Amino acid sequence: MKEFSCISCPRGCLLHVEEENGGFTVTGNSCPRGREFAISEMTAPKRTICSVVKTVFADAPVLPVRVSADIPKEMIFDVMGEINSVTLTERIGRGDIVIENVLGLGVDVISTSDLLKQNIYALTEG
Amino acid sequence: MEEYDVIVIGGGPAGLAAAISAKENGAQVLIIEREERAGGMLKQCIHDGFGLQRFGERLAGPEYVERFIDRAAELGIDVMCSTFVTRAEKSDKGFAVTVVNRDGLKTLAAKSLVLATGCRERSAKQVFIHGTRPAGVFTAGTAQHYTNRLGVMPTKKCVILGSGDIGLIMARRLTLEGAEVLGVYEINPTPSGLTRNIHQCLTDYDIPLHLSHTVTRVFGKDRLEAVEVCAVDESLKPIPETAERIECDALIVSVGLIPENELAESMGVELDSHTKGPVCDGQLMTSVPGIFSCGNALHVNDLVDYVSASGEEAGKNAALYAVRERRSVDIHIGDEFMYLVPQRLDLNADNSRLSFYFRSSSVLGKSVLRLKVDGAEVWKRGYPFLRPPEMQQLVLDMTKFGITDASDVRFEIEVAE
Repeated sequence: MKEFSCISCPRGCLLHVEEENGGFTVTGNSCPRGREFAISEMTAPKRTICSVVKTVFADAPVLPVRVSADIPKEMIFDVMGEINSVTLTERIGRGDIVIENVLGLGVDVISTSDLLKQNIYALTEG
Repeated sequence: MEEYDVIVIGGGPAGLAAAISAKENGAQVLIIEREERAGGMLKQCIHDGFGLQRFGERLAGPEYVERFIDRAAELGIDVMCSTFVTRAEKSDKGFAVTVVNRDGLKTLAAKSLVLATGCRERSAKQVFIHGTRPAGVFTAGTAQHYTNRLGVMPTKKCVILGSGDIGLIMARRLTLEGAEVLGVYEINPTPSGLTRNIHQCLTDYDIPLHLSHTVTRVFGKDRLEAVEVCAVDESLKPIPETAERIECDALIVSVGLIPENELAESMGVELDSHTKGPVCDGQLMTSVPGIFSCGNALHVNDLVDYVSASGEEAGKNAALYAVRERRSVDIHIGDEFMYLVPQRLDLNADNSRLSFYFRSSSVLGKSVLRLKVDGAEVWKRGYPFLRPPEMQQLVLDMTKFGITDASDVRFEIEVAE
């Protein structure tokens, strides 16, 4: 039996997983997402990663990004390598693609901020 | 003098939600923000997990807060950035707020105020770490600012003191960027961050968590060279024989957040010694009529969804504020509570859908939360467990319990076994 906490939401249920006859019995979860997470954790664990990419702009030296969907856990540092090789030269917006289909995983690296679009945060001047 | 119905001080998630809801309720609103941009702390919280309750999505911090910034822009709400409030006081019109920015000094008028000033990190000096004063001792928020806003790594090899959520998030973040995180040291016997953050930030990256341990000393002249860690006894006192020296170039401190209420205090707002935020009624109005409080200035929240909700409540009530009598009844709490917000009821207000937020004072097993009016139980709810890091929310119709001016209103937690 394996025991670990669920990361699907802040509740953090303690999941117990029993493997038998090629299937899994999950207990301790309070919703279907917990069961899903437990099984994925036993078979092919996945994670989201969030980071920043360098830009050429002095007002915002880095732009926050994330993967558009969870990636295999063992690929985290490979994807980080790809993210760290980017230098943005265009003022892209929130949701725009920074790296398409990163490492062929079928997942994009996308911007999570409109930081480079001036005046989005600073609505009016002081 | 520029006049507004509502001035919101602070342009983070609480202030933005307050301003939006005040505007939607017909008020002329101004947000005053001391940084160059609105967004507050979420500008640097680039990790995901925000907005699960509100939007049913796992958003990164900037994605979450920019939805509110976009909405504020759509509504034409004025945001005065790079502007600092130096003073706020009562006036004939309501309140006079003195601000300073690159145009100089000016005074603005408002009928009501929303204090959305957020919280501050407790620093290394506040937890009595002895030794020299080398560079390399950062709060987790400062390390986060370097890494996520400036794109500069503050460390190659570090120790983290405190298992608060920002510390855990930074342990993962620094590891992803190639730094070595030697361990997280927590003085208490239980972690202070959310369980899922222990799993996805520490366990995932094999970062050890040392409970009942603390940092007792820092070494180094110009730059940090090492720290001394010690196990602590039951009364949290370091045990000198267990001292161990760990070589590292940074100590990252995540030892708690304290609501920022200097401005509130200067206006005579009564504070709660447990939350360190204002004592409020169900409408989030403080002890000073016309001054409202929300977000992390009210009490430190673990989810931004709650911060936005309290901002909306405070903003709406600030917009609808009119001078009137309050009939206040204190809400008492038992010893098993760390705190409960709001701390008061105004019987002249609409209390039909009141949100309460509370934390237990220690880790509790199966428990029952009871509301008692004059000693008689009027409502109860069971919990499988209660943990101080996990804030609980309840929404109650407080009008149906027969509460009068003379009532003794009390929440109690009873542990089942």
